[in-house]
Amino acid sequence: MQTYTLSVSPDFSPEHLSGWFIFNTWLQKSLATPFHLELYDEFELQRRDIQLDKIDLIYANPYDAAMLVREKGFQAVARPANTSDEAVIAVLNSSAYLSVDDLKEGARVATTHDPDVHMMGMIMLEPADLDRSNVIVTPVHSYVIVAKHLLKGQADIGFFLKDAFHDLSGLIRDQMRVLVESQIDVIHHTLLAGPNVQHLIPQLLDNLLQMQDDVKGKAVLDSMQMTGWLKMEQEDTEFMIDLIDTLID
Amino acid sequence: MLITYHDGSSREITIIDQEVPYPDGKLIVSRTDTAGVITHANQAFIEMSGYSLDELIGINHNILRHPDMPAAAFNDLWVTIQSGKKWHGYVKNLRKDGAFYWVKATVIPNIRNGELMGYTSVRRKPSRSKVDACTALYAQMKMDVPN
Repeated sequence: MQTYTLSVSPDFSPEHLSGWFIFNTWLQKSLATPFHLELYDEFELQRRDIQLDKIDLIYANPYDAAMLVREKGFQAVARPANTSDEAVIAVLNSSAYLSVDDLKEGARVATTHDPDVHMMGMIMLEPADLDRSNVIVTPVHSYVIVAKHLLKGQADIGFFLKDAFHDLSGLIRDQMRVLVESQIDVIHHTLLAGPNVQHLIPQLLDNLLQMQDDVKGKAVLDSMQMTGWLKMEQEDTEFMIDLIDTLID
Repeated sequence: MLITYHDGSSREITIIDQEVPYPDGKLIVSRTDTAGVITHANQAFIEMSGYSLDELIGINHNILRHPDMPAAAFNDLWVTIQSGKKWHGYVKNLRKDGAFYWVKATVIPNIRNGELMGYTSVRRKPSRSKVDACTALYAQMKMDVPN
């Protein structure tokens, strides 16, 4: 029997990722189909394998979801209930900046390669007349490294996925404060199925929607810090892609 | 005062010279059909416009049109989006209570299976310098070509 590949957007902390190993076990049992969980440290490596058609099922950030649907023929299956992707711009507690309006040209920004969080962070700088032409952006590989840049004085502000910011250890997080937080509400990660696993979608969707009503399924959801899944209609996906389009200059 | 729209319809509005600041981090999202009638509005839209969801759904998006906005700005918007392109601009919007708020707006056509189904509009917080520049520009445009 063919083994398919499941992957997850590399923007989650190790605490979240352990839940995806548990999910993969549940997935294989529920579909009676072998899946291999392939994790990536870097967005670019994951995108390379997407282009090589090595990934069949993926929990993607909204920015990549648009690319997967439009360019690679993926279909959105479901999204997590009661959650959305939000970004945080944080500074050191000792920073003189009290609001975005205080920031000036030449501000040093630590960010990750997470495309939607970077995009949301840059949008939140616009009210200060800041854009990529007049800030110094340093992309790093994880939110922990973004925090380290702030703590070492190598950056004035840092962009974080909100969940990742709150996942930082208390020791690190307590040395920072939130300058501004997005309240977008309508952008979220999505579970997408590639062309090779389209035949599994009906059963997969049924199983996902029933997870919260099943003791074992509920335990899996708890390990992923999720409350359940919602079906993604075709129009839901198109709407989110349109939204992302409006945010890209 | 009486405001008249491009389709010839008009309504009596109250104008208050008071700006409501755009909240940090929020996006106003709405969708319309091809005629500009609102089909979807998010919570931020409801809060900033001062209308309830029931009041917004089914009404033309031009209910937000502030009389300080020059007609040419909206003509540019419609010409752009009807040609299938994305439009960006700074817009002074009229609230239900007569006050106003400025936004940086982006509007894109919603194409489904090659067919235009409507438009999505996303508004975000503009910079004060852009608002000041547009205030002067739009005032000049209105003087040059009164609506």
